[in-house]
Amino acid sequence: MIKKWFKTGDPWIWLNAAAVSASLIIVIGLLLLIAVQGLSHFWPKAVMQAQYIQANATDSNPASIRIIGEIHNDEEVSIEQLKAVGINLETDKDTATRLLVKTGNRDVSGADFKWLLQTYLTEKEYPEDIIVLERREWGNFYGYLKTATDNGSVIAKGPTAWQELEKRLLRTEKLYQQIRDIEKGDIGSINYKMEKLRLAKRRLELDKEDTPVNLAKLTVKRIQLDKEYAVLEKNLAKLYSQFNQGSITAESMSGKVVKIPLAKIVRAYQPNALNFFEKIVLYAQKVGEFIFDDPREANTEGGIFPAIFGTVMMVLLMSVLVTPFGVIAAVYLREYAKQGAVTRIIRIAVNNLAGVPSIVYGVFGLGFFVYFLGGNIDQLFYTEALPSPTFGTPGILWSSLTLAILTVPVVIVATEEGLSRIPRSIREGSLALGATKAETLWRTILPMATPSMMTGMILAIARAAGEVAPLMLVGVVKLAPSLPLDANFPFFHLDRKFMHLGFHIYDVGFQSPNVEAARPLVYATAFLLIAVIVLLNLSAIYIRNRLREQYRSLES
Amino acid sequence: MSIETNTTKSHGVNMSALGREQRSNVLADETICITTDNLNLYYGEKRALHDINLAIPEKKVSAFIGPSGCGKSTLLRCFNRMNDLVDGCRIEGGLHIDGNNIYDKKVDVSELRRRVGMVFQKPNPFPKSIYENVAYGLRLQGVKSRRVIDEVVEKSLRGAALWDEVKDRLHESSLGLSGGQQQRVVIARAIAIEPEVLLLDEPASALDPISTLKIEELINDLKDRYTIVIVTHNMQQAARVSDYTAFMYMGELIEFGDTDTIFTNPSKKQTEDYITGRYG
Repeated sequence: MIKKWFKTGDPWIWLNAAAVSASLIIVIGLLLLIAVQGLSHFWPKAVMQAQYIQANATDSNPASIRIIGEIHNDEEVSIEQLKAVGINLETDKDTATRLLVKTGNRDVSGADFKWLLQTYLTEKEYPEDIIVLERREWGNFYGYLKTATDNGSVIAKGPTAWQELEKRLLRTEKLYQQIRDIEKGDIGSINYKMEKLRLAKRRLELDKEDTPVNLAKLTVKRIQLDKEYAVLEKNLAKLYSQFNQGSITAESMSGKVVKIPLAKIVRAYQPNALNFFEKIVLYAQKVGEFIFDDPREANTEGGIFPAIFGTVMMVLLMSVLVTPFGVIAAVYLREYAKQGAVTRIIRIAVNNLAGVPSIVYGVFGLGFFVYFLGGNIDQLFYTEALPSPTFGTPGILWSSLTLAILTVPVVIVATEEGLSRIPRSIREGSLALGATKAETLWRTILPMATPSMMTGMILAIARAAGEVAPLMLVGVVKLAPSLPLDANFPFFHLDRKFMHLGFHIYDVGFQSPNVEAARPLVYATAFLLIAVIVLLNLSAIYIRNRLREQYRSLES
Repeated sequence: MSIETNTTKSHGVNMSALGREQRSNVLADETICITTDNLNLYYGEKRALHDINLAIPEKKVSAFIGPSGCGKSTLLRCFNRMNDLVDGCRIEGGLHIDGNNIYDKKVDVSELRRRVGMVFQKPNPFPKSIYENVAYGLRLQGVKSRRVIDEVVEKSLRGAALWDEVKDRLHESSLGLSGGQQQRVVIARAIAIEPEVLLLDEPASALDPISTLKIEELINDLKDRYTIVIVTHNMQQAARVSDYTAFMYMGELIEFGDTDTIFTNPSKKQTEDYITGRYG
């Protein structure tokens, strides 16, 4: 009976199905975990107010303290463990629940998070007038709004203060944008030009052409820039005085009233008063900030836009470099090289190249590209900037090149496969019409092989977008002051260092001073990294399928 | 010019002196286009063609028949040097087209192939539009003028008896056509560059009977303008379309003569056996 069942092949089908299901469950589970953990971080949580009974009350330590904060997590701890630290719970259970509460106010209390025992938490309530302030420094503030002040004079108290705060915050935000535009855009551009002038002067000195005429020309330009700068500075000073005008006072959970300038507030809301739709709007705002803004507070707050931008740009640059290189190599190997022992050895070498650990490529990139190539480029073309290196230091170009070497085997293999799949009859048909081998390749074979080249590129992108280790050696940094693409000529700054999502995950997760705050960001960044890779791949697959459509009936 | 019309070797078969005389006479009236002179071909160590001596008349249809693996396609592919593509293929002896040795070192192979067009067994249109397929040869020659290309495409498609079927869908993919239509696109593509010789390597073997008939009619139309050499498995087809027929066996040319005589009164026993279906 069993024997017969084996003969039908059913067990194998079941085994296959089981393997496929297991893989699917793992992948879906992983994605779900990351998505849920990462995306729920931005949902505005209710803020609780409660009394926390202190276990060892003394004179300086009152019987209970007020707690205001968001509950982030809970876990079970054993009674024994609690006893060991001097907390005696009168209970017959083995464990007690411990809550992780984000109380914020790092400037007042020193830490963002508190572990509290649930048993001691009493009089829990969710008052509607609790406010949350997201600040540019010191993390979130939780508490009660007292007054809104302008230039030191109180203009609103109590409930009206909230409306005043919202109104003024909008204005401050606009000012902040203007200030940033001037500082990053205009002044950044002037600084860039100034640096160019300094280098031009140094160049003249090196070339022994620093004649008074030439120097005078530079001075004229410099004076011009100084003038522009003076104007901007004046504007900036005006904006800053407006910007720093408003402030509020608010009461923190310890009862202390603190003054917070509006300039330091990114966003204010009353979480317990929000209805569902308002929460959705707030959620969208927060997600938008995460995707499109620069990071704050050592990367633990704000957005990760530079990292997204850096990842995408590095990957695109890598594909632009790797595809022609791989395709040309594959065409030579398959079409021109004499097939034999040598080509076989080359193929084996190429395939093995794909198996080399990626950090080894990083070391190679650092040694060869950065120090050797970059150093020599600096010696030849950027002498004026020495001793500070221009290309002789890790940067996005070297990162892309290193990853291009890492991924060139997949492009070669995929392209070779595509070339070998093209029927001989097509080549003969072209040759029989009087085409030379090169013409045949160019007009017929290569267009027909483009879907395979795209497949190679897709695999290369998938591999490169997920690589972090080699990048740490050849160009990625924790925080890049400027993007590798901006409005200053020549627009692409291939010598600049950049931020990368993969490295950002590592940095936020393991190098952050604020572990609890960073954890959800790790998930959110991971989710975004996956989304970016999927998007890059999907667009490449879309292009490939459109190409493949043309040759559809040929492949079948 | 005296032309050898038969193999120089005897194969131990009685030959009809009368038959030979007749055929020689018929062929003597023709202008000769392609001649081979003790042509030997080796694939590595293996000898695939043995001392082929042959004269193919101009603007006639000559057919090569013989059992599979007898070397008829190999011989055909010598005429436009397609065998150059095969690794380890070596040729001895002479092969002249219009008196020029095409295996001379100075010969430009792509120029030769432009003059000697070829159509293969399986239709092999490029994955491009019908128009682009036919225009391919012209574009290779650097013809840019849209008007000229349009004209040639129409003329060639008419020449290949395909114009009426595809004139409304010239810019659609040629891969959407039926096998017979594809084969005629390939023929149109070949005649678009005005070759002198057209080599057909079993052009109808992958097609259905109706498409085959169309191709045969087409061959009939084309023979006024081109020297056509056709390889075929199908003896009836050879009898229908060709003026001259060569029978090959085991890499040797057994006999070559006008089709009527070969089919009705062959001089070699092997030919007779093959034609009457006793082997092959």
